This record gives sequence, structure tokens and C-alpha cells, in this order.
Amino acid sequence: MSTLSLGVSRGHVELLQFLRDRTAMVFTFAFPVMLLLLFGTIFSDSYDQPGVTAAHVFSASMLAYGILTTAFVTMGSGLAMDREDGTLKRLHGTPISATSYVLGKLLLVLALVVAEAVLLIAVGTLVFDMSLPDASHWLAFVWIFLLSVTSSSLLGMAVSAIVKHARTAGAILNVPVVALQFISGVFIYPVIQLPSWLITVSSIFPVKWMAQGFRYVFLPDGMRVNEAAGQWELGRIALVLGAWCVVGLVLCLVTFRWTRPDK
Amino acid sequence: MTDEAVELRDIVVRYGDTTAVGGVSLTAGRGRVLSLLGHNGAGKTSLLQVCEGFRRPDGGIARVLGLDPMADHDALMPRLGIMLQSGGVYPWATAGEILRLFASFAATPLDVDMLLDRLGLRKFERTRWRRLSGGEQQRLSLAVALVGRPELVFLDEPTAGMDTEARHTTWRLIEELRADGVTVLLTTHLLDEAERLADEVVIMRSGAVAATGSPAELTAAAGIDLLEVRAEPGLVPDGRLADFKVVETTPGEYAITGSLDAATISDVLGWFAGAGAQVTAVNTRRRTLEDVYLALTSGEKVYR
Repeated sequence: MSTLSLGVSRGHVELLQFLRDRTAMVFTFAFPVMLLLLFGTIFSDSYDQPGVTAAHVFSASMLAYGILTTAFVTMGSGLAMDREDGTLKRLHGTPISATSYVLGKLLLVLALVVAEAVLLIAVGTLVFDMSLPDASHWLAFVWIFLLSVTSSSLLGMAVSAIVKHARTAGAILNVPVVALQFISGVFIYPVIQLPSWLITVSSIFPVKWMAQGFRYVFLPDGMRVNEAAGQWELGRIALVLGAWCVVGLVLCLVTFRWTRPDK
Repeated sequence: MTDEAVELRDIVVRYGDTTAVGGVSLTAGRGRVLSLLGHNGAGKTSLLQVCEGFRRPDGGIARVLGLDPMADHDALMPRLGIMLQSGGVYPWATAGEILRLFASFAATPLDVDMLLDRLGLRKFERTRWRRLSGGEQQRLSLAVALVGRPELVFLDEPTAGMDTEARHTTWRLIEELRADGVTVLLTTHLLDEAERLADEVVIMRSGAVAATGSPAELTAAAGIDLLEVRAEPGLVPDGRLADFKVVETTPGEYAITGSLDAATISDVLGWFAGAGAQVTAVNTRRRTLEDVYLALTSGEKVYR
């Protein structure tokens, strides 16, 4: 049996699990959509770009939030839960490798994130009349999306190592998620409103770059003046997100444990 | 190191300041059933964890199928079947999905449908784990441990929470495993389970081995242990019975202990006859594993 096929059979069960756990499903999917609907309705800022509304901006930026909350939180709390209830331990007593285990989880995350993105883009286009971009922008979407999902998932896994009890996982993991939304131009836009040191802080973390990337994909080119650098900075987006993937991977390899240390 | 299925030398397991296992050595030969018997907290599960590669011992050497359970984990796992005491299953997956998932991990798994039928899980095939009763979960856990055709199976309290029927099914399965040459290491605090299944019993007390041997060796040391005679109440034994301890447990029920064999039993009965007693019942009893176990684990000295 190959690592891949083991990962796939595990991913299948993970997905079944998720689909049957209605609470998790509703909250994972509904929350970003709800925020998008609220923000898109409440704010009516206008920009010097004709035809661009606040709702369009939020539709693009909220993809970063959707991906982060789905990948980071699902991965982080899922791993903490598996570690606490002994699922990881039981799997460790079988021929399955850590890679297959993680692969199974990644497949789950990927499926969820794709669904989440489709949902958010659908709300953006159907409810708020956001127009879909052309092919070259979709290409950028694909790599920004993949880098976002990968870095968020790996960081979620790494952070799960410091989660002592699964029931506190949601609370712990949501602290960085929510804080970063505020300083990364997702909830507050344009970022230029923020103190410059806060922008510097947010530039270290991936969310700012994810949101910026998705705004590049879905907004007209002229909107770039509202970014912190006045540019889309695609090269830097790739660089920062890529670096976070590497950092996340290293952290995972260093901190991955099959069982809780005190068990 | 050896060709034994499991070989442990001076294993020590500590949790902080608490010593759970304090220098245990034991050997399980291939194709044998070894039972670890002891109260909760005697160190049985900790010892299994070392064998299963979940925990590095704080002292001593463990060899499982000739391999180091920690260092050779990946080579070892396809050859082991592990049944944990609890937890660790996707709560929203059904029994059938769980068993098929674990079957997919194995190179040549057993037929899942056969296992479902054998363990009486067929009617729960589409039931989600969280809706299964404790005994049903145990049966599924057992199936998960066996589905990969292991050479060596670790069962941590396999029949805990099972009803009588499931327990007997499990026992028969374990006997079949043994007949197929599979080595079984199980923990239990059920004496009848150990007595029925085990080739070798290791009684543990406070993290140490209190006694080892086959159930027969552990119980047979004394031959007949106790003679019970029912006759008229109030008989007073005289010098002819001085070699024995005679107690009238309830009026008319006499319990005689001492060196009992055919000749001495006939002496005792001869005395009753000589005293003109009307003997209505005679009963002999051998020491059971339970007696040995209780004597050992309650800290009393056992004579052997």
C-alpha cells in the first residue's frame, strides 16, 4: 500500500466524518459567508474606481479569512482532537505513516477550502454583483490559493502541538485568526488607515498577503493604490507565503507527536 | 536477540515520580497466549505500551518479534495487531467504514465481511461509532486489531464491557488465533479469562511480577486443598485428626484443610464414620487461580 492511497482512504473517512458532524459543517462554512454578507451590506465605502463597491473588496478579502479559518482551525483543532481522543495513537499502532495521516487531513482541508471558496465567490458574484476575473487572474488565483491553503494548514498543525486540551483548541486557534483579520486588511480596508507599525507587524504574517493576492485577482488593477505599498506585489506575496510554508513544514516536523506527552 | 515473540528485560516505566513498572522481565514464546493479570494500576497497560512502541521504557530492553518497538516501529507495525483499551476511532464513521479503513492499511487483510459476521457486528455495519454500546465498540476494536492478519496481537482488556455471549465469542476467536500460530499477549483482571485462554499467566502487583506459570502450575502446587464434609452439627475432632485443621464453618458443615490425598481423606472420613456421624455430603476443592491471585495481590504470602 502506498502512502498516497492510504492517505486517500483516510481522507475519505475524514470527509465523511466532517459531513456528518453538522455543527462543525454549518459553523465552518456559514461563518465567513455570514461575515461577508454583513460587511458587504453594512459598509458602503466608495473608491475612486468606478463600479467597485466595498462588498466587492470584502468578497475578495474574505477568501483569505475563509481559507485561514477553515485550513488553520480545522487542521489545528482536528489534530489536537485526534491526539487527545487517541485516534492518532491508534493509527500509530497500524502500518500507516505520519505522512499518510497528514495527507488524509490535507485532503479534508482541501475539499473544505475549495467548497468555502466557491461559496464565497458565489455570494460575491450573485449577491454583490462582483464580476469574475479573466484567465490570467485565475492562474494567479490558483497559486495564491494553494500557497494560502498549504501555509495555513501547516501552521495549524504546528500550533496544535501547543494545544493541551482539544476543547480549548477553538479558542486558542481563533485568537491569531481574528487578530490578523483586523490588521491584515480583511476587516479594515484600506490598510493605510492603520498605524504604520501595525502594518509592519501584519506584513510578517501570511494573511495580509493572502488577502492582497485575492484582491489582485478579483478587483480592477486601479485598486492597487489602496494597498500598503500602492502595488499588488505579486512576487512578494509568493515569497512570503512560500516562506511560511517552509516554516510551517519545519515546525510540523519538529513538533509532531503521535500522543500527548503526559499520556 | 532471540526468536521469542516478546522478550522484556528489566523494564521500568515511570510517570513523573510514580513508578508504574519497576523492572519487569518476561518472555512470550511464539504461538502462545500470555496473560497479564493484575488489579487496575498494576502496570499491565504501561507494559503493553512499551511492547507496542507507544512509550520508550525508562529502563530495560524490549524486543518484539526480535525488533526494537521504538526504533523499528515501521517494520514492526504491519506484523502487529493492537487493541487499545479505549478511544481513538472516528465517532461519526460507521463500524463498516472503520473496519474497511483499517483493512486498507494492511497488505493482505482479512475478509472484512467475515470479521463482521464472526464478531456479530453485521447489524451494526451502518451504525456510527458513537452510537455503538461499550461492548460493541470493544468488538469492533478487536476486529480492527485482527484485520491485518497480525503475527502478534496485543489485547488490552479485550472483553471489558462485553456481554457473556460476546465474551465467549472473543475467547473462541483468541483460541483460533492461537491455533493459527498467532501469539497473543492480553491483559485482564478476569480470572476465568486468564485460566481459560492463557498458556502462561503473569500476575502483576504494583508494577512487579508477583508470579508466573501456566494456570495449572499456579494452581496445582497443592493438589486437593480443601475437604468439605456435611454431617451432624457439633462433632468434636480428636487426636486422630490432629494433622488437619478442622473448622465447623456453619453448624454441620466441616471444612478440613491440610495435606489431603486419597489415604488421608479416607482417614478423615473414617473418623466421621467412627464417630457414628451420618455423612450426607463430601466435597473436595482444588485451589483456583482466583485463590492464588487473591493471595498474591492482597499481599499475603502464597505457599508454593
